[in-house]
Amino acid sequence: MTDGATWVDEALREHERETRSAAGRAAATGAEREQQVLDRIDKARRRRPKVREERITMAHGSGGKATRTLVEAVFVDAFSNVLLEPLEDAAQLHINGSRVALTTDSYVVSPLFFPGGDIGDLAVNGTVNDLAVSGATPLYLSAGFILEEGFPVADLTRIVASMKAAAETAGVQVVTGDTKVVQKGKADGCYINTAGVGVIEHDVSLGVANAQPGDVIIVSGPIGEHGVTIMLARGELDIEADLESDTAPLNGLIADLLSASTGVRALRDATRGGVATILNEVATSAGVGVQVNEDAIPVSTIVRGASELLGIDPMYVACEGRLVAVVAPDQAAAALAAMRAHPLGAQAAVIGEVTAEPPGAVLLKTAFGGTRIVDLLVGDPLPRIC
Amino acid sequence: MRFVDEFRDADKAHALAAKIADLCEPGRQYKLMEVCGGHTHTIYKHGLEDYLPESITLVHGPGCPVCVIPMGRVDDAMALAAEPDTIMTSFGDMMRVPGSKGSFFDAKAAGTDIRMVYSPLDSLKIARQNPDKRVVFMAIGFETTTPSTAMTVLRAAAEGLTNFSVFCNHVTIIPAIKAILDSPDLRLDGFIGPGHVSTIIGCRPYEFIARDYGKPVVVAGFEPLDILQSIYLLMLQLAEGRSQVENQYTRVVPWDGNLAALKAITQVMELRPYFEWRGLGFISQSAMKMRPEYAAFDAELLFQVPGVRVADPKACQCGEVLKGVLKPWECKVFGTACTPETPIGTCMVSPEGACAAYYNFGRLHRRRVVEVSIS
Repeated sequence: MTDGATWVDEALREHERETRSAAGRAAATGAEREQQVLDRIDKARRRRPKVREERITMAHGSGGKATRTLVEAVFVDAFSNVLLEPLEDAAQLHINGSRVALTTDSYVVSPLFFPGGDIGDLAVNGTVNDLAVSGATPLYLSAGFILEEGFPVADLTRIVASMKAAAETAGVQVVTGDTKVVQKGKADGCYINTAGVGVIEHDVSLGVANAQPGDVIIVSGPIGEHGVTIMLARGELDIEADLESDTAPLNGLIADLLSASTGVRALRDATRGGVATILNEVATSAGVGVQVNEDAIPVSTIVRGASELLGIDPMYVACEGRLVAVVAPDQAAAALAAMRAHPLGAQAAVIGEVTAEPPGAVLLKTAFGGTRIVDLLVGDPLPRIC
Repeated sequence: MRFVDEFRDADKAHALAAKIADLCEPGRQYKLMEVCGGHTHTIYKHGLEDYLPESITLVHGPGCPVCVIPMGRVDDAMALAAEPDTIMTSFGDMMRVPGSKGSFFDAKAAGTDIRMVYSPLDSLKIARQNPDKRVVFMAIGFETTTPSTAMTVLRAAAEGLTNFSVFCNHVTIIPAIKAILDSPDLRLDGFIGPGHVSTIIGCRPYEFIARDYGKPVVVAGFEPLDILQSIYLLMLQLAEGRSQVENQYTRVVPWDGNLAALKAITQVMELRPYFEWRGLGFISQSAMKMRPEYAAFDAELLFQVPGVRVADPKACQCGEVLKGVLKPWECKVFGTACTPETPIGTCMVSPEGACAAYYNFGRLHRRRVVEVSIS
């Protein structure tokens, strides 16, 4: 809070300026004044992000607002280049006439083993999916391990075996790697980093900035299952449920989708921050509105029940094998059919559409019949889910 | 999903909304206060205001546990957490509440051992696992959470734990409602009564509101239809010129409250002569402290607590928002300097805070909202 005085004072001055200028005009109605405030907030939200904290907090890793601020204010600011700036899941490179996708991701999930998977298949699937959603065919992965002194070799063997199995399922190879060991207490068992490359063969350029009013938004299946599984697997909540992580490689599903439909404008896998975060990225990057129907969003009864009990919103809960697709309206039926024909997309559903208004915002028509905003989360109630 | 979907039925909501609209006298403006922050959250999360005629304004009340904690108490908690060999435990809501030197999250990032717990009992587990540390539970909340703190102290006493204590900030709802009723700034027509608090204290304590102030009270549940039905019941009372306490939340709230829970509270705690509330100032007999018999578990006696009163930042208008005098967006710094990521005031922190609920869910350009139609 070092610059605390300045930004608060600036906001106060801004308020006074606008109040003074408004005072000259005829007295505004309540609704008009509310609109003025909302416009001022929109302006404030478009400002260049700034990290106000002196130290990194858990919120910076949540995938929500604080993460976005950190990425934009620290990393994009320093590395600034046109390949990085779209902030897609993978960078798209042109190398000697070929289009190549490159991505990297680190995995720190706790617990390491959970129903439906472990850190090993998560580390393969996550990177495969980041390549696949950029339209690439994933080919090769690297794997870097940071191990804590004392970590059981049997656990490491088990993790690596599930990485091998996941790589085979996804049709990729782990071709290079690295191992580091740190003193006991300096890490939590095992962290994994994977990077991946793939080639982009389809003649498509996918990106959330491509979204246009009228486009349809599809999710590939029930949301929130990975996040809720992890939360329950920690055993802190004394809730038991028959639920498994949805971790899966999406490259097969995406290949089928891109072959069947030429109207796919953007794909994202819904990891940290969940579907809500992706919808916000669509709205912000393309300068469009997004409207979704709560009724239409597939959520399993178990995830809904757990979310109600815990006071969390499944829209923000992570998935590790679910896709959000933005598709041109005339291609939506073909895209939905192609997804439903694949085992990982059997429960795919249209959840909403892209609109011209209000730009930059995601609106949810609630099952109850009201309308509300779906904003980015500030911090994640469930750290270290991937 | 059973026990949820039936309370979110859009057809029933439309029917209730029509009945509510019928009860509005032309030209009359109605101000109804939902006392509890949980209600505020539901109202915004489900877009309930879309069902109300413009003549009904919902005023957000003081029943948000995190919002009413004054900055000085946050600083006291930070000082306790910074004591050597100490682990502070706290509900997640507290973690981002700003003290004068940052929040628990900031202190945690700087190395202070502050842990989030889901239940006060989790603090006992931590105390057992760390016999060489002193575990202090930052207890906050209205009568809803007070019994679980009391039960935790009773359990600790029964186990003979010597490294566990409570920094007690429990408050009581009735004096706060009375302070609002006596406040000259605000004219209210009725109250949506706090459902969770009433599971403990029952409905009788609200009778003075109907009797002495002539305002109807309807104790309400937390699903959107509960609240809409309670608004209907309030409007019906107003239309018929009645002022009574009614219980809409009969499936959970017994008229006389939960005697076992009340007994646990009075066994462990007693009323403080006065307590400072954020925005409302000092209110007499409005908060709980540990009884002398349980002094061994009272962090305020075991440790040096600075106890310094800290004025709210000058830009912050949480007090006016808590009293319902200002709508969240009418605050000078709402949404510009004060946002959920950089909250200046408490109302922007908790999901139950009126400002956070409005910012996260309600910040709609309503005139631009169009019906979502999806084939």
